[in-house]
Amino acid sequence: MSLLSPEWTALLYLAAAVCFILALKGLSSPRTARRGNAIGAAGALLAVVTVFFSARLENIPLILASIAVGSAIAVPVARRVQMTQMPQLVALFNGVGGGAAALVAVLELGHNEDPWVRLAVVFTMLVGAVSFAGSAVTVGKLQELISTRPLLFPGMPWVMGAVLLGAVISGALVVLTGSLGWSLALLGFGLGAGLLLVLPVGGADVPIVISLLNAFTGLAVAASGVVLGNVLLLVAGTLVGASGTILTKAMASAMGRGVAGILFGAFKGGSTAGSTAVSDRPVRCSSPEDVAVQLGYAQRVVIVPGYGLAVAQGQHTVAELATALAARGVEVVFAIHPVAGRMPGHMNVLLAEADVPYESLRELAEINPEFANTDIALVVGANDVVNPAAKTSPGSPIYGMPILEVVQAQQVVFLKRSMRPGFAGIENELLHDPKTTLLFGDAKDSLSRVLGAVKAL
Amino acid sequence: MGPVALLTVVVLAVFVGFEVVSKVTSKLHTPLMSGANAIHGIILVGAIIVAGQASDPWVLGIALLAVVLATVNLVGGFVVTDRMLEMFSAHKRARARTGAATADGTAGAGRSGNGGSGGGAAGEGR
Repeated sequence: MSLLSPEWTALLYLAAAVCFILALKGLSSPRTARRGNAIGAAGALLAVVTVFFSARLENIPLILASIAVGSAIAVPVARRVQMTQMPQLVALFNGVGGGAAALVAVLELGHNEDPWVRLAVVFTMLVGAVSFAGSAVTVGKLQELISTRPLLFPGMPWVMGAVLLGAVISGALVVLTGSLGWSLALLGFGLGAGLLLVLPVGGADVPIVISLLNAFTGLAVAASGVVLGNVLLLVAGTLVGASGTILTKAMASAMGRGVAGILFGAFKGGSTAGSTAVSDRPVRCSSPEDVAVQLGYAQRVVIVPGYGLAVAQGQHTVAELATALAARGVEVVFAIHPVAGRMPGHMNVLLAEADVPYESLRELAEINPEFANTDIALVVGANDVVNPAAKTSPGSPIYGMPILEVVQAQQVVFLKRSMRPGFAGIENELLHDPKTTLLFGDAKDSLSRVLGAVKAL
Repeated sequence: MGPVALLTVVVLAVFVGFEVVSKVTSKLHTPLMSGANAIHGIILVGAIIVAGQASDPWVLGIALLAVVLATVNLVGGFVVTDRMLEMFSAHKRARARTGAATADGTAGAGRSGNGGSGGGAAGEGR
């Protein structure tokens, strides 16, 4: 087998890098997003084929078998995952990418004497390990395997400081000596730092952390490009690092938060911890029939879907309810909070899955002025995104987050599973407002009963 | 490549990275994050190089583990992003028939690109 010359290899890698740039560009606009993703995949395929022809490699059958195993794991999972679990899956894929980068760096340590390259090795190992462990915690939080509330223990900042100091010392020793033992210690400190970084983050902020860790993995991959002298890894990693940073900032500002506040806010103590206490203050309960009458004789209804709707797989039922109301001449629109669901844009994906027409989706800035002339705001499985505390109580962990101002509507109906607080772990004053009624139960179940009652009107 | 040339590449890539995503709507934050996530799966190239140069069985074992992890990141990332975007474009098709031809074209390209990164490489490796 004849190998590609270094010039050809470099040109093919350049073509792959251009594909990645076009992919990110395409993904930034709804019209070109899917094509963008396909271009990115084509670039990746080109790069993977190129590497097999660029150098004389041993163990090719084993490598191909490993690629087959990886694909056999990834494709079915990616195809079958429920749309509600998408954030976990993205975090998981990000974590294994970071882990792969860290492993590559450890193995390359022995081949490099140059202290600058060793510095890149140290950077890749540390950041890759942080990304791996941090992503594991975000998956745990999103699956609710571990508490979604900020987890803190006394002296945590000191432990964090000690871990970072340990990472710096072991990193310096790896650069100076190239010792494998110290590099394993460095990996350990990196994993510890990843855990400590994400455990104190509250559930509502987890999506932003996923995006941040995504940028971290990008930087680790970029540094591995320096280690391996591979320009494609350098460019692709830097692209993801840079665009991931911008995306993280954009997401944080959509929630009215600063990135530093999200990561270290819990250390300041106080209100950020929230509560899981179930309130015993009185609320007005309603029946499906009453809700159906309210909706059926309204002129204008705004539906506010939240994560609870998605968990109950009620997106198709809510779409049917909207159609049934529209058939009665009721004007129905959906108000989509930027972070409705578990990730920015998540609810748009879920409602698209249920064939809700794109034209009836309204973004926050569009819909907020319209709540005042809305008869009924129907809040399905959402809580934090309509909580007036974000505007009125400066001590609240969600203070400053832009909310959907359903409080302005004539009447508010909540479909809720229980009085348990939302993901951010805080109570919602709106539930006790005189114009609010509640219908308890699983979102899908409640919706289908309301739907049946509307049809019977 | 010398250190200065590498630095030049990094600085330019940072600006390109900032620039391409600077004006993205919040609707697309999730697919964009997922797509960017898939792109850093290209660490697969690094893992393949390391595995291809390994002679010690321990090194080979760890390198192959890195290959598996990187493949999961790369292939899974592109497939899952495509699935999210499929739902957006299914709507466009229902709404505007004119868009149907382009949407179908991209769908085909997406599938061959995704499935191929495992299968294609497997066919052409030797």
